[in-house]
Amino acid sequence: MSKIQMPVEERIGKVIMVIVLCLASLAALYPFLYVFSMAISSPEHVLRRDVYLYPRGIGLEGYRLVFSNANIWRSYANTIYYTLVGTAINVTLTVLAAYPLSRPRFVLRRPLSLMITFTMFFGGGMIPFFIVISRLGLYNTRWGVLLPFAVSAWNIIIARTFYESIPEALIESATIDGAGNMVTLVKIVLPLSGSILSVLALFYAVGHWNSYFWPLVLLNNPELQPLQIYLYKILVQLKQDTMAGAQIGISRTVAAEQFKYSSIIVSILPIIVVYPFLQKYFVKGVMIGAVKG
Amino acid sequence: MHACFGGSAAANSRWRSLAKNWELYLFVLPAVAYIILYCYLPMYGVQIAFKDYRVGKGIEGSAWVGLKHFQKFLSTPSCLQLIRNTLNLSLYWLAVGFPMPILFALVVNELADGRFKKFIQTISYAPHFISTVVMVSMITMFLDASNGIVNKLIGYLGIGPYPFMTVAAWFPTIYVVSGVWQNLGWSAIIYFAALSGIDPELHEAAMIDGAGRLKRIWHINLPGILPTVTILLILSVGNIMSVGFEKVYLMQNALNTETSEIISTFVYKMGLQYNQYSYSSAIGLFNSAINFVLLVTVNFVTRRIGGTSLF
Repeated sequence: MSKIQMPVEERIGKVIMVIVLCLASLAALYPFLYVFSMAISSPEHVLRRDVYLYPRGIGLEGYRLVFSNANIWRSYANTIYYTLVGTAINVTLTVLAAYPLSRPRFVLRRPLSLMITFTMFFGGGMIPFFIVISRLGLYNTRWGVLLPFAVSAWNIIIARTFYESIPEALIESATIDGAGNMVTLVKIVLPLSGSILSVLALFYAVGHWNSYFWPLVLLNNPELQPLQIYLYKILVQLKQDTMAGAQIGISRTVAAEQFKYSSIIVSILPIIVVYPFLQKYFVKGVMIGAVKG
Repeated sequence: MHACFGGSAAANSRWRSLAKNWELYLFVLPAVAYIILYCYLPMYGVQIAFKDYRVGKGIEGSAWVGLKHFQKFLSTPSCLQLIRNTLNLSLYWLAVGFPMPILFALVVNELADGRFKKFIQTISYAPHFISTVVMVSMITMFLDASNGIVNKLIGYLGIGPYPFMTVAAWFPTIYVVSGVWQNLGWSAIIYFAALSGIDPELHEAAMIDGAGRLKRIWHINLPGILPTVTILLILSVGNIMSVGFEKVYLMQNALNTETSEIISTFVYKMGLQYNQYSYSSAIGLFNSAINFVLLVTVNFVTRRIGGTSLF
């Protein structure tokens, strides 16, 4: 028997709680499952609308259309480019700024921190930001969605908080051993930065992967547009992609619909794949940020 | 600053530190350049709200017009509706979207540490990573009047079909409910962190005194996370006027603008679609000003009541 018997109403409460949480997690997962099932079910079932949870039959037409679509491939490649290059720039600049700002002997620590924090609460707004970007000649260029988003003030502050936990004595002992700031950063600080680097890379990469608004405003040229813009056109504006509908046989509308579901799956696939490996860092990242409140 | 009065020794050591640590200055340089270029330059550019900005004349060269654009905005017939829609949507979101993660964190916190708790948490974060475009397209597909799964399901109960997306009255609810779906778990993380910092001895002592689960949540957990809640509440109120522009913009259609046109979407349309740079900057500035007043007010009130404040 159990050591301490819980009162009956507490046990009932616990059962209700578990049921509610199971329902909540089902609700969180359901849209993913549904989209996946709609994408992969056979067209007859999609047409009959009797797919509710799990896939019925197998139809890969949607995926075939996605993978044979040059627009998707190109915008996918663009998204990968923006995510990789953008994240590399972001993480480098963030770490380079955060480390000096965490050092008590850095003379400009306070004024620069204040200057960065200020931008978290005040900004020029959409239009002046756009004017600056176009004045710098970045409109409709790849740099246009990279440089204006090169670093986030919020993430600098998070990283700075993290680096403040590295004791100054450790840095000093390296200095006494003759290491300059550059050597200290590479040999002492970076090896201790594993978790903060993962957190920053994760936050920045997801941001690049999912961003649609500024690419929409800044990239007019379809050759440069990322995947989210393509998805925006076919999913939200409901534009027909002429390359997607070209097929005979079963209803074209069903194929077009499965094409949409499949492209959603393909677009979130990388995130789903890395999700289990990265999920322990989510909590860490939010908590590092929370310390500062 | 102190160096000016601190005598030559202090000034000397400061100079030495500066010379020795020149690399540190090099490290911060790119980020500082970025902040100046892309954060402070646009702030300087806000002055076009008081000018008639012409692309050819540039920011400095354009003529000052005072409050012309503000007056124009305040006298447009749709002005009141825009403000009402913005406040309506953000207050609705604040009333539902803010407390839900707290509730969720308090409930999940009651689970014993282990697989099930971990599983629930991991699942609940997942929707956060969906992009706005995919999110809105899923909403649209699910709520479709003829093909959507929601109408299919309520059809079995004998209700509908109902064209949710094209009825203006439904827009705020769809926005808020889908937002809760997407952010419930993610926003709860910070409360999980705060809850894990509560001393377990408090619970043990309360249990010995015969306090049940609800009593302990109410008298120990809730006060324990109250400072976190307050800070986040202040931050949310400070962002109240910039409520989810990207998602609202995607959810808009010709039939729901009556409730879905908010100040930020209007700023975007005026500025980047109709190229009325000055006019839309003025509206944006007006929006930020309201925001700022709200932030300061809430900060003042919470400092008076509970002693917690942002600044």
